[in-house]
Amino acid sequence: MASWGEASESRLIGKRITRLSGKDKVTGKAKYTFDINEPGMLYGRILRSEVAHATVMGVDMSEAEALPGVKAVIPLIEVDKKVRYQGQEIAAVAAETDDIAKDAIRLIRVDLEELPHVVTEEDAMAAGAPEIRDWAGNQSEPGVREEGNIEEGFAEAAVEVEATYHTPVQTHVCLETHGHVAKWEDNQNLTVWASTQGVFGVRNDFAQRFELPANQVRVITEHMGGGFGSKFGPGLEGHTAAELSRITGKPVKLMLTRKSEHLVAGNRPSMTQKVRAGATSDGRLIAYDMKGYGTGGISSGAGFTGPYVYYVPNSRTERFNVATNAGNQRAMRAPGHPQGAFAMDSLMDELAEKLGMNPLEFRRINDPNEVRQAQYTLGAQEIGWHRRNNVAGSGTGVKKRGIGVGSGQWGGGGGRGTEARVTINADGTVEAVTGTQDIGTGVRTVIAIIVAEEFGLDTTDIRVKVGDSQPGLPSGGSGGSQTTPSVAPVIKTAAAAAKQKLFERIAPLLDAPVADLRVGTGTIYAVSDRTKTITWQQATGQLGMESISEGGTWEEDLRQNGAAGTQFAEVEVDTQTGAVRLIKIVAVQDCGLAINRLTTESQINGGVIMGLGQALLEERFMDPVTGRMLNANLEDYKVPGTFEIPEIKSIVFDTHRKVTGVGEPPCIPTPGAIANAVYNAIGVRIRSLPITPDKVLDALAEKKA
Amino acid sequence: MDKFSYVNATSLEQVTSLLSESGWGEVMLIAGGTDLVGELKEYIETPKTLVNLKTLPGMDSIEAEASGLKIGALATITDIAMHPTIQHHYTVLAQAAASVATPQIRNVGTLGGNLCQRPRCWYYRDEATHCLKKGGDTCYAVDGLSKYHAILGGDPVYIVHPSDLAPALIALGASVKIVGPEGEKTVSLEEFFTLPAANPFRENVLEPNEIVVEVSVPAPKSNTRSFYLKAREKGAPDFALASVAGVFQMNGKTCEAASVVLGGVAPAPWRSKEAEAALIGKMINDAVSQQAGSDAVKDAQPLNDNAYKVTLTQNLVSRAAMMAAS
Repeated sequence: MASWGEASESRLIGKRITRLSGKDKVTGKAKYTFDINEPGMLYGRILRSEVAHATVMGVDMSEAEALPGVKAVIPLIEVDKKVRYQGQEIAAVAAETDDIAKDAIRLIRVDLEELPHVVTEEDAMAAGAPEIRDWAGNQSEPGVREEGNIEEGFAEAAVEVEATYHTPVQTHVCLETHGHVAKWEDNQNLTVWASTQGVFGVRNDFAQRFELPANQVRVITEHMGGGFGSKFGPGLEGHTAAELSRITGKPVKLMLTRKSEHLVAGNRPSMTQKVRAGATSDGRLIAYDMKGYGTGGISSGAGFTGPYVYYVPNSRTERFNVATNAGNQRAMRAPGHPQGAFAMDSLMDELAEKLGMNPLEFRRINDPNEVRQAQYTLGAQEIGWHRRNNVAGSGTGVKKRGIGVGSGQWGGGGGRGTEARVTINADGTVEAVTGTQDIGTGVRTVIAIIVAEEFGLDTTDIRVKVGDSQPGLPSGGSGGSQTTPSVAPVIKTAAAAAKQKLFERIAPLLDAPVADLRVGTGTIYAVSDRTKTITWQQATGQLGMESISEGGTWEEDLRQNGAAGTQFAEVEVDTQTGAVRLIKIVAVQDCGLAINRLTTESQINGGVIMGLGQALLEERFMDPVTGRMLNANLEDYKVPGTFEIPEIKSIVFDTHRKVTGVGEPPCIPTPGAIANAVYNAIGVRIRSLPITPDKVLDALAEKKA
Repeated sequence: MDKFSYVNATSLEQVTSLLSESGWGEVMLIAGGTDLVGELKEYIETPKTLVNLKTLPGMDSIEAEASGLKIGALATITDIAMHPTIQHHYTVLAQAAASVATPQIRNVGTLGGNLCQRPRCWYYRDEATHCLKKGGDTCYAVDGLSKYHAILGGDPVYIVHPSDLAPALIALGASVKIVGPEGEKTVSLEEFFTLPAANPFRENVLEPNEIVVEVSVPAPKSNTRSFYLKAREKGAPDFALASVAGVFQMNGKTCEAASVVLGGVAPAPWRSKEAEAALIGKMINDAVSQQAGSDAVKDAQPLNDNAYKVTLTQNLVSRAAMMAAS
């Protein structure tokens, strides 16, 4: 059975190892898609609708075509078709400079006949609301799920809570916007630099779109600036870049503007849920009745979890989707979970208070997950749970502190489908190649660690090549926290196979059985006779003109599905300004074997920061009057900055030595923990994210009145 | 942005002469550009000519004398925030300057630009929205989303003035020197700013051919305590949800004189005579400070989404008063 070995035997695995690409990134040497500039390259731009709902009556591109420097203008929508959200594509240009391209799209005349729009869930559900889709109504059929018997459950309940929780639409805010540089050669080979989470998926998509054999499309993602679930396909902007390149015969760069990124590149759907829940006098969650909806824009897919994490024997849930004239949702870091967790953890605290029970104790009773049970103890110690207010809002003074807890659960077990190759050259150099991509999580370094550990080398001795479809070693998209658990087992077995081959070559030289050979630090020796030692260089020198090159297999025993997490937050609320300041977040995150403890902690930090942004700052504002997004920028769409980020204690809770992905789960418990901490501080519950000063002040005023 | 020609200014005469060639918007002035460039990129302004003021000599100085300050319009916000005399004796101004945006913006943004910056209103800044401020017939904040809009003096345009320096300078009794083709004039900074009822398209008294060249601030009395309190959603960069510039002359806990100017709540920096009256001559305690707070907002008329600003402003005024007495 394949294994990662004991911690005591590991020289590199599980240690804190600096990211291999770190220096290149901070010095600007690392090339992102944005940085790719090919000789003769043109710049693409897309004209988008500023109207949320309209029929296209005409598109006149003649003035744009006549502008000097413009090389191509193509329509992206047909006359008589409808635009159904602000930002929908109308036409695209390719020009010699980006400035000319910008000027050119403004010369395209679009005749739109405006139709009534609905951009909020309430407006879309209102009686007599305009129907905004030809293929379905504004509201989907509710999906209903029942377990147990909720009437019997409520009959058993000693306390009940009824509440409505809301989270708004959030956008991904990838620092590198979506985009591509596309280059056709001889009308039959297409190379695309893509800011993507899925090199091979994008390759296959381009091959299909342009009817090319897959091996004539090459997709390269050397470095990329964030995807969070929104960058799995080329999208219309990718197809447009390639089409403009095909038409002009020149490379074309087409990156989305920040505004477009907010409008069309995906978002986390909203959630509104009305829930009634009950618990028994001894603290058992007994009944849960929830009806909820969300909007993912013009598409469907506004799902969320609930009930979440805690065991409820009797439940009834009803969820439906509401369509609005807004850009489509896409998967966003733990889709459905943070919003569901916020509602559930708020509800848990409300029930606990009615029971007169410590909310942590209430969770211990109702949480069937053993890992999280242990995490509750550890996290409570770290945050100083005993310091919380026994009576919410009982602190004195203008600035009041509070402590709260939230929970999360994820899979992250990885899967088959990764091909990798580990090569040992005669000069001692080592290469590890696979078609995965490093979306910022550090998989490049993870691969180097695994190979270096296997060979007794340093991570910097390993040349890792990822983010390129050309070697033809496919791997899946980086989503679902699957990258490391999918890739690591294959790299491990490939390296082990290569090592075995090397041992076979040098065993005669050392006059020792292959089974006796071990790697030291830069050496290979016989365990039965330590005088039989040669250096790595001497060993590989035996290969002559040949290299050893081995593939690997995805050994299931090397990874495990399931990652529990708990977070504790301490906040300080200024009751005069409504400002919530985070004091500390403790994130206890189950992740199995952390191959690189440093980047695992970074993942947890990043998840917490995204979670606190959702908790305190982020909200897409859709204007019911104009139908437009009012904050499609980074001024009024507020993301966390250094002032918002508190001390984060990231605890890598590694209870076993199998790899589990940890990209998504750390953002799940944060909003619930913060919301509960705010309640503990001021004694007023904010049931709607983000918890901004206006809501805090209004709630405090209501309490006073 | 559209194409424009770029002229390096050589003298104020040349600048006012260039400005006199046309009305608003054809010839525009640029110093730090932190506001204007955003307007150009969003096509809110489409000038034919930009006049670079940074080439004007001697307009970036800060002179601190016993009688007061003279700050050139080209002094950067960082210059103001870091000036030792301003930090010690004109605290409200140093605090206001330090609260602006980010270090990068403060390093290039100028005093003149900060006073003359345009509103941040999300309808005004959206090219596709032809709002009242841009010559249309609707202030969209009235029926639309108004979280960041005015609660005082709005009618008919509910923008808020975004400057942090202006409330602080008005509270200190500053005046501004303006140069036009006919020569120079000095107006009190309080009277420099105007409300939309007077002119919905502009935020101050400047004519199209006039330029702000200097701000003078009288030296505060030795018993002065001053503060700038700025509430925002984000540490930085963020504009004020509401801010209070308070300058108080204190005798122990008794307030002998006070000037209280609000930011972020009205289309112009909002001098609250009501709050001042509630404080002057009083021994400041909880009750007095709270009275000052509620008097400051008694005329407030919030829109759909910004009633919280009433409470917030009230609390900030009270807090500033309590700080003066502590």
